[in-house]
Amino acid sequence: MIGAMSDPLGNSLPARRPTVRRPGDTIFQFLTTASGLAIVLSIVLIGVFLLLKAVPSLAADQANFLLSPNFVTTGGKLAFGIRDLFVVTVLSSVFALVIAMPVAMGIALFLTQYAPRQLARPFAYIVDLLAAVPSVVFGLWGIKVFGPVLEPLERWLNGNLGWFPLFANGNVSISGGGTIFTAGVVLAVMLLPIITSVSREVFQQTPTMQIEGALALGATRWEMIRTTVIPFGRSGYIAASMLGLGRALGETVAVLIILRSAPEPSRISLFDGGYTFASKIASAASEFTEALPTGAYISAGLVLFVLTFVVNAIARWIAGGRVHRP
Amino acid sequence: MAKRIDIKGLNLYYGRFHAVDNVTLSIPPRNVTAFIGPSGCGKSTVLRSLNRMHEVIPGATVDGKVLLDGEDIYDAGVDPVEVRRTIGMVFQRPNPFPTMSIRDNVVAGLKLAGVRSKSRLEEVCERSLRGANLWEEVKDRLDRPGGGLSGGQQQRLCIARAIAVQPDVLLMDEPCSALDPISTLAIEDLITELKKDYTIVIVTHNMQQAARVSDMTAFFNLSGVGRPGQLVEADDTEKIFSNPGKKETEDYISGRFG
Repeated sequence: MIGAMSDPLGNSLPARRPTVRRPGDTIFQFLTTASGLAIVLSIVLIGVFLLLKAVPSLAADQANFLLSPNFVTTGGKLAFGIRDLFVVTVLSSVFALVIAMPVAMGIALFLTQYAPRQLARPFAYIVDLLAAVPSVVFGLWGIKVFGPVLEPLERWLNGNLGWFPLFANGNVSISGGGTIFTAGVVLAVMLLPIITSVSREVFQQTPTMQIEGALALGATRWEMIRTTVIPFGRSGYIAASMLGLGRALGETVAVLIILRSAPEPSRISLFDGGYTFASKIASAASEFTEALPTGAYISAGLVLFVLTFVVNAIARWIAGGRVHRP
Repeated sequence: MAKRIDIKGLNLYYGRFHAVDNVTLSIPPRNVTAFIGPSGCGKSTVLRSLNRMHEVIPGATVDGKVLLDGEDIYDAGVDPVEVRRTIGMVFQRPNPFPTMSIRDNVVAGLKLAGVRSKSRLEEVCERSLRGANLWEEVKDRLDRPGGGLSGGQQQRLCIARAIAVQPDVLLMDEPCSALDPISTLAIEDLITELKKDYTIVIVTHNMQQAARVSDMTAFFNLSGVGRPGQLVEADDTEKIFSNPGKKETEDYISGRFG
């Protein structure tokens, strides 16, 4: 196989002949290869760093790392588990994605298919501007402005649909809106520009001849979108959503500000409070003086790293496996 | 089924650009009418105005009448979606829906029109593919994507898709320009068969093709760059190619263009 000196039938193929190489090409090839290697190397080094620092603390952990809801690293005792961090992280991020995905698709379709050209450009610019708002501002806005606005809705859902586990009573009070529900909605707003801008790009690239083919068959505008634009952009849209999910999983400050700390373990409800991986680590940043307690947080970071990695891998798999291009 | 088209005083615009000037032309049913002329003379634009595809382009507008068996398709109360369901179109490059199977491609128009019955869809699928001379080649792989076929097969798939809804008229915009000679021949044979049932209008750059397949030929020309295209003359194909009424037509056909 290596060297490719024979074809699939076993006949030997001629070797590549020596040829003139320009020095510019050699230098440029070296630079690009080095950049490529640097990114791979840094990912590997981050992984190794997390692992090395986490292992001693994991060995000293007196609680079940995966299943314990408590995270105790003070008073000379190490008893930490990531169950609740995992639940809060995944719940808030997935909830955010569930809200953001349809809205982002709506915006992207509006911008590419419905909006008049003069309007589409400034509108797209405004959506992109959302990405420029610092997350700490989103956090402040979420807890001071948006949380209280959502509070009546949260109460109504809790009161009327409380039989559904996600809307059951959580481990914090709804008043003020310091819940996963609020955090999820704010995260959704933060994801919109990411998912929208990528989706807009892919929807935009639907070949005109596909669009005209559908219209000429007597498709209405919406039917045309359904038969050509959405199938064409689907893999890109899903990949964009997974990119957004990765962003939501790692979001720190906004979630830290919004979520109320919880006195009890998670009840797997949207009206829980608590910490995500990222917000837990950030909240303890001032205490990273001793190696073992710090290692506990690093091991939480390692899990987040793996989680994000898996989400990205799924995104690649979806985008790579189901791309239909003419 | 096959209906006649009467174009009356048709002017077409792209924004402020006057693309086609004052075309009046009658297209008989169960006939092949070819539009020929140099690039930019507006023949494709006229074709696209016959099923209201012209207005799909932003800024494009229409003035004048296009009567389909006496009824103006540009009347205020007419739904363009309905017009396109009764006037099928085949494009320059084959454009099957790449994510759909061959079967779904063929019946896409029927599904859009709300037909749900499985047996009816099956029946139409086979009839249309047979009608497009493609059935024998694809009957064993109807579930495979349409994009996997060769260019000529894809174009016949597009023709099958267009005739599946049994349109009154079939418009073809240079349907062979992206195909090799053998596929071209297959499409031309198909056109000759289809004219028994449909009114066919075909735009072509290939004069031999116009001479081979059409009964009537309309020659379009433009007097200069930036000027609107015009219909020079339309007559029986035989007459246009042997004894055209205008010097302009004769020059174009004999290759002494300009």
